[in-house]
Amino acid sequence: MIDVLEFEFMRNALLAGLLVSVICGIIGTLVVVNRLVLLSGGIAHAAFGGIGLSFFLGLPVMAVTLCFSFVVALILAGVTLKAKHRSDTIVGVLWAVGMALGVIFLDLTPGYNVDLMSYLFGSILMVTQLDLLVMVVVGTMVLFITGYYYQDLLAMSYDEEFARLRNVPVKPLYFLLVCMIALSVVVIIRVVGLILIIALLTIPPYIAEKYARSLRMMMVFSVLLSCLFASSGLLLSYFLNVTSGAAIIMVAAAGFFISLLLDRLVTRRTSMSSVSTSN
Amino acid sequence: MGPPVINVRNLWFSFAGQPVLKDVTFEVNEGEFLALIGPNGGGKTTLLKLLLGLLTADRGHIRVFGQSPRKVVHRIGYVPQDIHINQNFPISVMDIVLMGRLISSRSRRRHSKDDKLSAEKAMEELGVWEHRDRQIGDLSGGERQRVFIARALVIDPEMLMLDEPTASVDTKGQGEIFEHLKQVNKKVTVVLVSHDLMMISSYIKSVACVNQFIHYHPEAEITEEMVEICQCNVDLIAHGLPHRVLRKH
Repeated sequence: MIDVLEFEFMRNALLAGLLVSVICGIIGTLVVVNRLVLLSGGIAHAAFGGIGLSFFLGLPVMAVTLCFSFVVALILAGVTLKAKHRSDTIVGVLWAVGMALGVIFLDLTPGYNVDLMSYLFGSILMVTQLDLLVMVVVGTMVLFITGYYYQDLLAMSYDEEFARLRNVPVKPLYFLLVCMIALSVVVIIRVVGLILIIALLTIPPYIAEKYARSLRMMMVFSVLLSCLFASSGLLLSYFLNVTSGAAIIMVAAAGFFISLLLDRLVTRRTSMSSVSTSN
Repeated sequence: MGPPVINVRNLWFSFAGQPVLKDVTFEVNEGEFLALIGPNGGGKTTLLKLLLGLLTADRGHIRVFGQSPRKVVHRIGYVPQDIHINQNFPISVMDIVLMGRLISSRSRRRHSKDDKLSAEKAMEELGVWEHRDRQIGDLSGGERQRVFIARALVIDPEMLMLDEPTASVDTKGQGEIFEHLKQVNKKVTVVLVSHDLMMISSYIKSVACVNQFIHYHPEAEITEEMVEICQCNVDLIAHGLPHRVLRKH
């Protein structure tokens, strides 16, 4: 097993998986409790427009995609604040428009031969030192911002109206959160690809929420679960020779169904024991 | 009696082109226990949110403690309707009550000893101190509401506003909540939105019917005029005592 780590690309991949897990666990928790799953999916898919644009302009993919995602995120944040009841429709529209733009930009790029699959489903095995550095920077930013605004984020996530009355700057905080989501999405694309991001953002927090007793604990559990899913998925992809992003998601999905099954068993046992005590 | 703590004149509010409140004028004095009643969609909650500065009026004049609502939020405790709150949210009772102190904490990063002492005091008062380490989702409806009231009281407000505080609470729990509110009212003006006239009748000091218009009555009884304006007699008629349930007290 250890000999897998003799390859540099595997070491980098594992490191990338763990770094992304930290980002996913924290941001994913905020996404789930604030019900921003659809919005995050919209940002992730619209990011494809940025990928297309970067090839069209011949500029670095990460930088252009990041700028593009920020613009999309700010539009979505503004719209979802203004027209809450229509926000799902607008997220859906931008989701599709972003992807269509990406395809058109790539069509217009002369002689392109981009491996599209790597952006759609991730390419963790091709992670570079620069990618790792970006992940460290983004991870540190996410940790710092969430730590600094923890009490405000907690209040906003739990009860937005009450938070406003306690002078929590809910609007700026919401924009900040959506921007952090955009930042994270662009980094996670490298690992699992833009199509699979949603699973990695939502499955660990979903499981963690059931056992956590505070938002902070939910973030920690999510990070640990993400690490578990990312590293075991990576190993599985190596031994079975399948796409790593998909393998990571399948492991996470297995975790998801196991947790559902456990819930079932626990509720059955408690209901049985309550029946026996009432008799 | 001191100057009015709430002063509303010719207030208009509409939502998506539909008028919700029309030319609302009323005053609330210090120490009152006012119930806002009326049919669903009549504008009770909207009026409460305008008084809190969560919504902005189209026209008219709102003064709370002589100032615009937004400037005095730190003097008002608020208990929102609990149907909007995620029940599975991983948070302890203590952390919820501490949330109330965000406004006065010197540091927003961590809660001070003062914050924790105020939280303890409010929770003792409401009888939820023993639940401090429990998850909010594990509490009964009545216990949960008392936690939200403690969160509102943790800043020692001069006024307490509650939106349907007993909507998801059983009868026994409702009685307990109103007993607590009665104690609170000895020092604090209380304004609450409710639809359950039977329960509130023996605790409130004044009542206002809200159905686009407002009909304010400085005593705890419902007049025939109010019944007419508000069509808020559904509960009364259902109990076979039209117009008279409150007058008995």
